[in-house]
Amino acid sequence: MGNPAHLKAETSTRKRSAGDVDLPTKTTFDTHRSAAPHRLSKRATCTVPIRTALAVLAATTALVLTGLWVGNNVNMLPLDASSNAPTYDALFKVLFSIGTMLFLGIVILLVYSMFRFRRRAGDFSDGLAIEGNLPLEIVWTAIPAIVVLFVGIYSYDIYERMGGMVALNDHSAMDHMAMDHSVQQAQAPGRVWGGIGAAGMDAAPGGPVLPVEVTAMQFAFIFHYPDAQITSGELHVPTGQPVELHMEARDVIHAFWVPQFRLKQDVIPGQPTVLSFTATKAGTYPIVCAELCGPYHGGMRSNVVVHEPEAYDAWLQQNSPNRTTT
Amino acid sequence: MTSTAPLQDSGQGSGSPNQGPDASHTAAAEQEHAEHGDFRLFGLATFLVADGMTFAGFFAAYLTFRAVNPLQEGSTYELELLLPTINTVVLIISSFTFHRAGKECRGGNLGASRLWLAITGGLGAIFLAGQMVEYFSLPFSLTDNLFASTFYALTGFHGLHVTLGVICIAIVALQTRQGGRISASDHFGLEAAELYWHFVDGIWVVLYGILYLL
Amino acid sequence: MTLANPSDFNGSLQPQGWLRYFSFSLDHKVIGLQYLVCGFLFYLVGGALAGAIRTELVTPLSDFMPRDTYNEVLTLHGTVMIFLWIVPVVNGAFGNYLIPFYVGARDMAFPRLNAVAFWLIPPAGILLISSYFIAGAAAQSGWTAYPPLSLTTPAAGQVVWILSVLLLGGSSIFGGINFIATVLKLRRPGLKLMQLPMYCWAMLGTSILVVLSTPVLAGTLILLSFDIIAHTGFFNPALGGNVVVYQHLFWFYSHPAVYIMVLPAFGLVSEILPVHARKPLFGYTTMVYSIMAIVFLGLIVWAHHMFTSGTPPWMRLFFTIATSFIAVPTGIKFFNWLATLWGGKIALNSAMLFSCAFIVNFVFGGITGVALAQVPFDIHVHDTYFVVGHFHYIVYGGTVFVIFGSLYHWYPKFTGRLLNEDLGRLHFLLTFIGFNLCFAPQHWLGLNGMPRRVAEYDPTFTTLNQVSSVGALLMAISTIPLLINVVVTAINGKPAGDNPWNALTPEWLTSSPPPVENWIGEAPLVTEPYGYGQHQDQPQEVKA
Ligand code: HEA
Ligand code: HEA
Ligand code: CUA
Ligand SMILES: [Cu+2]
Repeated sequence: MGNPAHLKAETSTRKRSAGDVDLPTKTTFDTHRSAAPHRLSKRATCTVPIRTALAVLAATTALVLTGLWVGNNVNMLPLDASSNAPTYDALFKVLFSIGTMLFLGIVILLVYSMFRFRRRAGDFSDGLAIEGNLPLEIVWTAIPAIVVLFVGIYSYDIYERMGGMVALNDHSAMDHMAMDHSVQQAQAPGRVWGGIGAAGMDAAPGGPVLPVEVTAMQFAFIFHYPDAQITSGELHVPTGQPVELHMEARDVIHAFWVPQFRLKQDVIPGQPTVLSFTATKAGTYPIVCAELCGPYHGGMRSNVVVHEPEAYDAWLQQNSPNRTTT
Repeated sequence: MTSTAPLQDSGQGSGSPNQGPDASHTAAAEQEHAEHGDFRLFGLATFLVADGMTFAGFFAAYLTFRAVNPLQEGSTYELELLLPTINTVVLIISSFTFHRAGKECRGGNLGASRLWLAITGGLGAIFLAGQMVEYFSLPFSLTDNLFASTFYALTGFHGLHVTLGVICIAIVALQTRQGGRISASDHFGLEAAELYWHFVDGIWVVLYGILYLL
Repeated sequence: MTLANPSDFNGSLQPQGWLRYFSFSLDHKVIGLQYLVCGFLFYLVGGALAGAIRTELVTPLSDFMPRDTYNEVLTLHGTVMIFLWIVPVVNGAFGNYLIPFYVGARDMAFPRLNAVAFWLIPPAGILLISSYFIAGAAAQSGWTAYPPLSLTTPAAGQVVWILSVLLLGGSSIFGGINFIATVLKLRRPGLKLMQLPMYCWAMLGTSILVVLSTPVLAGTLILLSFDIIAHTGFFNPALGGNVVVYQHLFWFYSHPAVYIMVLPAFGLVSEILPVHARKPLFGYTTMVYSIMAIVFLGLIVWAHHMFTSGTPPWMRLFFTIATSFIAVPTGIKFFNWLATLWGGKIALNSAMLFSCAFIVNFVFGGITGVALAQVPFDIHVHDTYFVVGHFHYIVYGGTVFVIFGSLYHWYPKFTGRLLNEDLGRLHFLLTFIGFNLCFAPQHWLGLNGMPRRVAEYDPTFTTLNQVSSVGALLMAISTIPLLINVVVTAINGKPAGDNPWNALTPEWLTSSPPPVENWIGEAPLVTEPYGYGQHQDQPQEVKA
């Protein structure tokens, strides 16, 4: 980089000829400037001194490494308790890494410029009349484009694996759906409006799908197990088996969210939705209503209790109305 | 806040120290453009784009409702076609008569222009009357079902536009009289009303298509 | 009332002196300042409401105010901040003040419409806030007013909310029409579009969005009010209606609305940076194209607010991709700004500090935005504090920072006096620290399970919420130096001269404050508003 005095000398006279430029000490920009102070957009010859190139390379590498390190080591997420949570966390890591690189890169450039190019006392001259640079513009259009394309494709892949791309309306499991008749609806039975189906990555491992009907109302969730004839205020599920929630709201929109599962789905009056997951870690996790639904929206919480399969069977036995009384 | 603008001292001093050659006052000799072109019509056209977007929103809502929300048993999308078709024809004719009125006005024939305006206004009124008749003969009312509500919202909103148009036509027709505001050389009011009227017609045609024919 | 200025050849008898700021003035400069002051007062109201929110959230229990009051407060906070502070100020105030200068005109294209647009705002704002006192209860279904909730909350408050938003929308549309006509039709002869200062382009793009999207909101809210008043069933599932249609229509406006809030800020930054860096705006042409690209993309990404609303898979996919691509034109703008700074002679005054901090904050908020655009990511954090963090980083860290920066930059134009730099730096420091303290922790809260719009929360989140509240307190305190600065300076501030920054954009080529018709004599033809560094042989003097 040229020293400030040098820059100043150069900027304050425009009659400087292009000949007296000492290349090695200057960056590309400096070269351009002295060669043609105006309209640099029209002349874009690039001669990058080795030292500068190396410095840029080193800085970029450092930035990438920092981003990767941050993405992999700063944990900002709660426990991962469903089979798609690790996938989600992988996406998060990628986004976090890329985000850190971009953010740090831009902030460092900015702060560097603010100090490096600040006006010295008494210097009332202008900076150089650089109005643009086509190759640079192309580079910084292309890089974000490639990044978002990559991110988009990757997150599509993740979503596909979560089961998000399953066409819901011809889903066979919809037969389990019993419409909630409290909402007068003229829907064709079985039509489901959105959510995440069970045909994703979870479908295979746990064998048959466990259907649960969810009714949301101000201000509670009610879970109904059609096979076992159980109705409960808490959701109980076994580990390792895909669960499919058939959800409908009775009054206003609510949303079913389990942070540890990384899954959320609005529960909408008149438009049933579906949400599938496979729990992987036993424990009790909060179910949070995530859509403003009235004064007690903040209090609309419940729990999902994830059991090991045997414990789950025991729970079923205990609560089923047709169990044999002891 | 220091209030009165220092009018006297700003003449020469204003920012001159750093003006480059390009930012010079060479143009000072150029004619003052005190009288810039009339862009009120441009403004109106922009407004009509906005207004059109309101309708577009309604249309989109209606089409979505229709696509995804089946009606209850016993309700139907079928509508009597005769009256609205006559209405459509009436409105389309009125566009032509308005056009004629504009032409006469530009040609300096204010009397003829006024006559054509009266005819246009009359056609508009007929349309509104027809609309009223239809409202009273419909088998459903506003809150009966989703289609009924959308039907009334769309036609009602459009009807409001027509009503406003008829009022504008009446005003413009009055202004074409002797000593009125509108003359062969200065007829913004008439042109604005005409543009608006064509817009209202255009909206109706779309509305007729998706509400009655679809 | 003093007599009309003789040079006022429109012949309108306008009051002069401070009185004109309370009059139905047609002068674009008066209207601009009316917008500014009015907006700032509403900012204090919205800020006080935010203070109430943050106070409630100091403890995990709902103990500071009743639960439905909390919902009213957050609804009013969102509505006031967006419709009465950001939109009027960043569009109305600076747009009205600057655009006529930039196009070399003596006023806006439709001065009367302009005044009407402004005077819709105070009544609408007062109506909105008074609903809490008059109607018994203000709206409490969030600024998004999703049915069926908005159909079941107290009707009077919700209807008043709709009414005032309709008035504000109307004001915004009138303003938009005016800006489009002014930029496209009222340019001084000889001035080409590609010679306009960037703020004109930003306002042109913004106004296109306003004209295309605001009417849809108006139509939607009219349908919603029918549902409330006339018991139709458009959005009422119990009557066969469809709630998701409302969301589509609402976001068709409200996503573009976020660019209505930020594009003008982009424009203002593009004016401030070159002046204080003493360099031309880098990449003018690509900047223009990227504004137009943002306008176009902004219109087709709305459903990224509805990833969990039961939209079909293909739709989510499309909206993910479209939304992500907004990062490209936006990125172009940011890199161009960095290139503008690079190699400049940067004066780190308050205007510059706010502008540079804007870059930092917005990039942060933009990156979280791109993350939110990814469906699988959004499914977890939708409707959580992560989203609250995202958009405050953008609306506050972006737009509000730019408004403050612009205030320091153009205050000498408005008044002929310079704001005090020391107070300005103090204001900046407090705002910057308070802002980050307040909103950065919210991302973590959201990721870990705190939903938004709640008055009570899981006690494990207490500490971070308290940090956030402390940040809000700092932000509140930061308004004190600003207010002192503005008041004291107005009385005995340092005289600025006509052009304290030696700027080249046309508004500085007249006296400060400018005369009624902007220029005595002919308006200058400024074809190179960013021609810094090109005419170095002319010795320059910096007064500041
Ligand atoms: C001024 C306001 C503003 C602006 C400009 C933005 C800009 C963006 N917003 Fe934001 N947003 C809001 C205000 C705003 N937003 C509000 C108010 C809400 C909540 C509404 C509510 O529910 O109440 C919201 C919510 C919101 C959501 C919904 C979240 C949810 O509810 O689940 C999403 C999802 O996609 C989103 C995305 C984006 C994106 C991608 C951008 C992009 O435009 C950002 C682009 C910018 C950059 C990316 C930075 C600069 C670029 C670079 C430096 C290039 C390199 C970068 C990359 C390659 C990534 N926003
Ligand atoms: C658009 C602009 C904007 C701005 C500038 C702000 C500014 C702030 N917002 Fe805003 N906020 C929104 C738009 C904005 N917000 C929106 C759209 C929502 C969503 C609403 C919804 O969910 O529907 C929201 C929601 C929202 C929430 C989430 C509420 C919830 O979901 O439960 C929170 C919580 O912390 C919050 C905090 C703040 C804070 C602390 C500020 C601070 O930056 C404010 C700083 C300013 C001050 C502190 C003013 C200082 C002045 C005084 C204190 C003077 C006192 C005056 C008197 C006594 C008369 N906001
Ligand atoms: Cu149910 Cu919030
Ligand atoms: Cu959006």
